[in-house]
Amino acid sequence: MSDKASFKILRGTKQEVKFEQYETPVSEGMVVLDAVHQIQAEQAPDLACRWNCKAGKCGSCSAEINGIPRLMCMTRLADLPLHKPVSVEPIKAFPLIKDLATDVSWNFHVKKKIKPFKPRPPDTADGTWRIWQEDIDRVQEFRKCIECFLCQDVCHVLREHQKHDEFIGPRFLVHVAGLEMHPLDTEDRLEELKKAYGIGFCNITKCCTTVCPEEIAITDNAIIPLKERVVDQFYDPLAMLLRKLKK
Amino acid sequence: MVDYQKFEYDVLVIGAGGAGLRAAIEASAGGASVGMICKCLLGKAHTVMAEGGIAAALGNVDDRDNWKVHFSDTMRGGQYVNNWRMAEIHAKEAPERVRELEAWGAVFDRTKDGRILQRNFGGHKYPRLVHVGDRTGLEMLRTLQDYGIHQGIEVHMECTVIRLLKDSDGSRVCGVVVYDREKGRFQVFQSKAVILATGGIGQAYEITSNSWDCTGDGHSLAYEAGAELIDMEFIQFHPTGMVWPPSVKGILVTEGVRGEGGILLNSEGRRFMFDEIPDNYKHQTADNPEEGWRYTQGDKEARRPPELLTRDHTARCIVREIKEGRGSPHGGVYLDIAWIKEKIANSEEHIKRKLPSMYHQFKQLAGIDITKEPMEVGPTTHYIMGGIHVDADSQMSNVPGLFACGECAAGINGANRLGGNSLSDLLVLGKRAGEYAAKFAGENSLDGLDEAQIEAAAEMALEPFGRNDDPQKGAENPYSIQSDLQKLMQHNVGIVRKEGEMQHALEELERLGERAGRVHVAGNREFNPGWHTALDLTHLLTISEAIARSALDRKESRGAHFREDFPEKNTDFGQCNHITVKGPDGKMRVHSKPIQEMPEELKAVIKEMG
Ligand SMILES: Cc1cc2nc3c(=O)[nH]c(=O)nc-3n(C[C@H](O)[C@H](O)[C@H](O)COP(=O)(O)OP(=O)(O)OC[C@H]3O[C@@H](n4cnc5c(N)ncnc54)[C@H](O)[C@@H]3O)c2cc1C
Ligand code: SF4
Ligand code: SF4
Ligand code: FES
Repeated sequence: MSDKASFKILRGTKQEVKFEQYETPVSEGMVVLDAVHQIQAEQAPDLACRWNCKAGKCGSCSAEINGIPRLMCMTRLADLPLHKPVSVEPIKAFPLIKDLATDVSWNFHVKKKIKPFKPRPPDTADGTWRIWQEDIDRVQEFRKCIECFLCQDVCHVLREHQKHDEFIGPRFLVHVAGLEMHPLDTEDRLEELKKAYGIGFCNITKCCTTVCPEEIAITDNAIIPLKERVVDQFYDPLAMLLRKLKK
Repeated sequence: MVDYQKFEYDVLVIGAGGAGLRAAIEASAGGASVGMICKCLLGKAHTVMAEGGIAAALGNVDDRDNWKVHFSDTMRGGQYVNNWRMAEIHAKEAPERVRELEAWGAVFDRTKDGRILQRNFGGHKYPRLVHVGDRTGLEMLRTLQDYGIHQGIEVHMECTVIRLLKDSDGSRVCGVVVYDREKGRFQVFQSKAVILATGGIGQAYEITSNSWDCTGDGHSLAYEAGAELIDMEFIQFHPTGMVWPPSVKGILVTEGVRGEGGILLNSEGRRFMFDEIPDNYKHQTADNPEEGWRYTQGDKEARRPPELLTRDHTARCIVREIKEGRGSPHGGVYLDIAWIKEKIANSEEHIKRKLPSMYHQFKQLAGIDITKEPMEVGPTTHYIMGGIHVDADSQMSNVPGLFACGECAAGINGANRLGGNSLSDLLVLGKRAGEYAAKFAGENSLDGLDEAQIEAAAEMALEPFGRNDDPQKGAENPYSIQSDLQKLMQHNVGIVRKEGEMQHALEELERLGERAGRVHVAGNREFNPGWHTALDLTHLLTISEAIARSALDRKESRGAHFREDFPEKNTDFGQCNHITVKGPDGKMRVHSKPIQEMPEELKAVIKEMG
């Protein structure tokens, strides 16, 4: 590995952004976040970026590295071509604050609107439940999500079409799937999925699945089964009849 | 006059880790209006990194477990300088707090009969740690977050508290001063009670498993406000952090690896943990590899392997091997889980299922497949047992209206914490802090704000912008002071301590303090990490001094505190805690305080448990 590498980092605020180029020494095993920190410490003290854990566990350090949405702390320089500058840009589906930090608050508002977990009464007198491991494997997959919002970043419905008011995005479809498939949950979110959550906007391009650092099969395991449930409920004549009778 | 935005709450919670969230939920349930402030985004706090599990004596896997065993394990692990009342409350209430999480949506791994599964961990007599693979902290934090956002708590993210405000006569805490990261503006929060839940201090050391948040803010804010800190010398160095490649040095390798059967080996291939087993653990520890293996596989007759002795001991054994030249190529020792292929068919799948994050962490960051090769590991700064001195039942400090819980509070762990006892502590004592803070708020009114204190805090925070910016004339960069401080603490107040080095550290800290007074911050106030680092420095300097002073005064070795010049335990020190306060002259004072005698019924419990 060469002993120095160049980085083009997109800097600025909503008013104006431009790429700044920096050179910094490279050592063995270094990740992109290390390089950004080194640049911060030695050349650009006010370079804004987020990080917490530096271990791929908190989902704070999302950015676009050479155009691909990734976690800076889990991207090794050794896996990138270093003969040309490595470009580092903020994620694009949300408004820019400064440099690599974006305003992701929309995600927190969306989550608050989703109907929360509502468990069935406990199974036993001591207030506990009996749940089988095989019934929760799938839900546990969804609960691995570290809320890095990389999937939100790459989804064209949000990124290009800016449907933030009508579509909750792959992250929150995973969240809803985790609730809907939770063996204890008794809430019904199908009506919302179709309307407020806008599941119909997803046309199964699978871009979200490709970038998920937790390797959650977002499209196959969460979105498609939810779409099927919606179809069954709303377009299946028997289910429609039953629903009417229940009312 | 400084410009600021103002907010009012009955109870203000500082920190959105497990402790802060649990406290906020309870305060809200107690009828208080609750504001929560955190310097990170919601759901990113350090708690998210916890791996191994939550300790609670549910007895699901081994029905011999109960609060008494958990209590005595905690006291033994802490070498009996713990606050026994806290340890008692913790052991009794942890099971209820865990069940509550399940009712709020947490999805823990299950036993064959559908109950919550529990795993083995160092120092716990029976399998006790409730977990989800090796991402328990994420499960716990997300559950509290997703439940908490529907409980009427107002969250102020990326806001950093820079000062606690006292009322006009200086007795009660009545609010805080904050700066918001995005715009760099000041905010003042007025409240009847304040709960500190700011987590740990790992960023005071060069090699740490801790996240960016962990700069000891709560410890230092409380100290400045007149609160007592207790036992600051007790810092846990986790035996197994990554040692290679250099950029990931310190990242944690969960104890769960050893709980699942992982073994420690030196460069000669020797399982060196069998070489030295402390007397008070001898009767509980396996004396051959076969028995140790059976223990990890749930054999109730077997005793635990020496790899699962307490962390202080394990870390020192590793340091010994490295010092005596039997370390691995990158200055650690080997941790091997791949070997279980001799015992289990399908071991690769088994390891990936039990330890998925570890598998990924090594694969992605070090290019190592842990199902096939051993890992290289060495000690890393992990947890502070010391912290804000609080009442065991209410979690209130000696300053009325100021509460603390979670890692920034202290007492329960004594000289060494058992793995898993932090997450349960966050739940149990976090809940209590919320409950009692709401009660306190109900009995007290909002106190007047003192504009002079607000003005002073703002001025201090803005000072670095106005200073001389020429390095030739002494201007300093905040990042280089931070890094010098981390190295200083690592080398002089680390795992193995001696008087001369700690004296040296204190002198150097003073010098770093002077340099910090010349820090210049470039750029403007908007999302400026250089500025943030400059503000963190004040806290890091204060807590580092407290750690060094307290450690210097404890002239014995106990738990995580090891003195080369006083390698043995000393009964006198075993009967006291160290209290650190800010003296009337503004200088730091450390004095010792006798530990209150344990009531007969708890003594009987410890005796009964052997
Ligand atoms: C890698 C790792 C694995 C671990 N595994 C386990 C385990 O398996 N079991 C176990 O029991 N323990 C474990 N621990 C320990 C445990 O995770 C921590 O002790 C615990 O999470 C601390 O929680 P907390 O709520 O006290 O603080 P934190 O989770 O650290 O939260 C602190 C909060 O305070 C905020 N804050 C700090 N300063 C300020 C300020 N000035 N203004 C505003 N906000 C501020 C931060 O933003 C954050 O929101 C582990 C620790 C590590 C590092
Ligand atoms: S699969 Fe659906 S949610 Fe995922 S990126 Fe494509 S459109 Fe968006
Ligand atoms: S689903 Fe994956 S990509 Fe999306 S936020 Fe969660 S972890 Fe990130
Ligand atoms: S810093 Fe936590 S995921 Fe990168």
